[in-house]
Amino acid sequence: MRDAPLLAVENLRTEFPSPRGVATVLHGVSLTIGRGEAVGMVGESGCGKTMTARSILRIVPPPGRVTAGRVVLDGRDLLALSEGEMAGVRGRRIAMIFQEPGAALNPVISVGEQITDVLRAHHAASRGDARTRAIELLREVGIPDPAARLSAFPHQLSGGTQQRVAIAIALACAPDVLIADEPTTALDVTIQAQILQLLRRLTVDKGLGLLFITHNIGAVAQIADRIIVMYAGRVVEDGSVDAVIDTPQHPYTRALLRAMPTMMARREERLLEIEGQVPDLANPPLGCPFHPRCPAVMAHCGVQDPPLAEMEPGRRVACWLYDHASVRPT
Amino acid sequence: MRAVDGVSFSIPVGGTLGLVGESACGKTTTGLMLAHLLEPSAGSIVFDGRDVTMLRGAALRRFRPNIQMIFQDPYTSLNPRLSVAEIVAEPLRINHRGTRSEIDHRVRGLLDAVGLPAEVARRRPQEFSGGQRQRIAIARALALAPRLIVCDEPVSALDMSVQAKILNLLRDLQRQLGVSYLFISHDLSVVRIVADVVAVMYLGRIVETGPAEAVFADPRHPYTQALMAAVPDPYKRSGVTPLPGEVPSNINPPRGCRFAARCPARMPMCEASPPSLHEIEPARRVACFLHHAIPDQDAVGRGTAA
Repeated sequence: MRDAPLLAVENLRTEFPSPRGVATVLHGVSLTIGRGEAVGMVGESGCGKTMTARSILRIVPPPGRVTAGRVVLDGRDLLALSEGEMAGVRGRRIAMIFQEPGAALNPVISVGEQITDVLRAHHAASRGDARTRAIELLREVGIPDPAARLSAFPHQLSGGTQQRVAIAIALACAPDVLIADEPTTALDVTIQAQILQLLRRLTVDKGLGLLFITHNIGAVAQIADRIIVMYAGRVVEDGSVDAVIDTPQHPYTRALLRAMPTMMARREERLLEIEGQVPDLANPPLGCPFHPRCPAVMAHCGVQDPPLAEMEPGRRVACWLYDHASVRPT
Repeated sequence: MRAVDGVSFSIPVGGTLGLVGESACGKTTTGLMLAHLLEPSAGSIVFDGRDVTMLRGAALRRFRPNIQMIFQDPYTSLNPRLSVAEIVAEPLRINHRGTRSEIDHRVRGLLDAVGLPAEVARRRPQEFSGGQRQRIAIARALALAPRLIVCDEPVSALDMSVQAKILNLLRDLQRQLGVSYLFISHDLSVVRIVADVVAVMYLGRIVETGPAEAVFADPRHPYTQALMAAVPDPYKRSGVTPLPGEVPSNINPPRGCRFAARCPARMPMCEASPPSLHEIEPARRVACFLHHAIPDQDAVGRGTAA
């Protein structure tokens, strides 16, 4: 899987011009996703999670734009495609679902029509075939009595069912990659557990590559094979779920885990606070972007940005604590 | 429709009651009634031994400072046209608490208490991050030195590292000021950190209540058990079986136990009548026939449709 990833993002850089200067929202992001692999991407607001998804699909809102890097899907660089060719990739090869299923669905079109529209637009299926396939899709995402649900409008459905419909639409064209941007954040925990289980099952059964974006490390741990931790537009840590959660290496990952209330924490324990705030991306600090808040900061950290170095196969960390070899004399 | 139906609990002086449950279970409605922002159609609210449910006019105005509120979304709960100082001073002005300079002095003290530097006073809410806005909202809630603050999902809109700071701040303030909290949240891992007593709601009713430590260590109601199992915990990665189905509508709720349709331990009697919230051991009450066979006579008599 590591030899031929389904999707490889290499040194992706995305910038937004602003009155205060150019904000680099993605600062050389690299990651891979294999077939049947669920990759969880975690980080706080503004760390670049959603911008990574949008850059992959080339739907970065203007005036932002991808200024460097490659997005390789099955050996083809998506950033080099014409807009027309890219339109054939969106939905068909890479599909996306969003945080607010209510906002992602059209409120005045029935559920059935929204699915058959997608099928007919991409596959020129007949009306009858599209209907049959829509029922199959709704059944696949766990909606009871799917034939009866075709005529329902989104507002008649609960949030959990709306998200199931959005997943059914995303699956309509049998994509290779599914990007799920905070798909369970707006849902109740018992419904969240159902949707996580559904996404996990679909990833394995269909051999999808899943990029699961969330601020919730707990949710990612339930669904993902690998976790990528983002900070200030960079990947700061990447590894298997067990490795990242049980032996976090980057000081930011460690702090994030300790700041999190869990069901295991003792009540009297004070939650760890991460001092300071995330940097202004239009005017970032020199060196490592986390160094002003880092409890393990060293002199070199304020001078040079650490590379995302491979510690062992499948395990990468961007921190000078672990990369003495590449420290250049200052 | 009964958004909240026969809910009873008490909040310890200087302590925190955590009210947990999922969307539409009635937690916010309960909080609004306590803060006198909604009027209950039946039942009573006893504050410091005094029935305050039916207060009106001047008596209600005199009472209101005792109970203040913090809302979930600090982007909509602060008036964007007022400065931070004006926002925090507003409750003091409305209640004629001192001269202009006395109020200014108190505002500076409040900003300091919530960890904001004095320079922020002239700025407007939109210049601040979510965490700082929530600090402003907390300063406003503290202005009248309330005995009780209703905190409705106060950290749900915040990033993890900011959430920790606000939870620590709320806890520090409670220790210093002896204020009580009704802490409403859908997030059990957060409630576990802050609550002394916990009440779990499902579809307008309390299904379990007791000391937080006891309930979290040994949940008795099947819904509490399922809710706790569903909280995604990074250190507990063995997949749990999710609770099937969804919360039914409370416009025409089930006749028996409202959780019966989703309950893994359902028995025939559960669908016939609702269980009462019954004390199963000192300070612990559960509404479930697994633990006692006492139906809720009140609810049976009332029937179902509202």
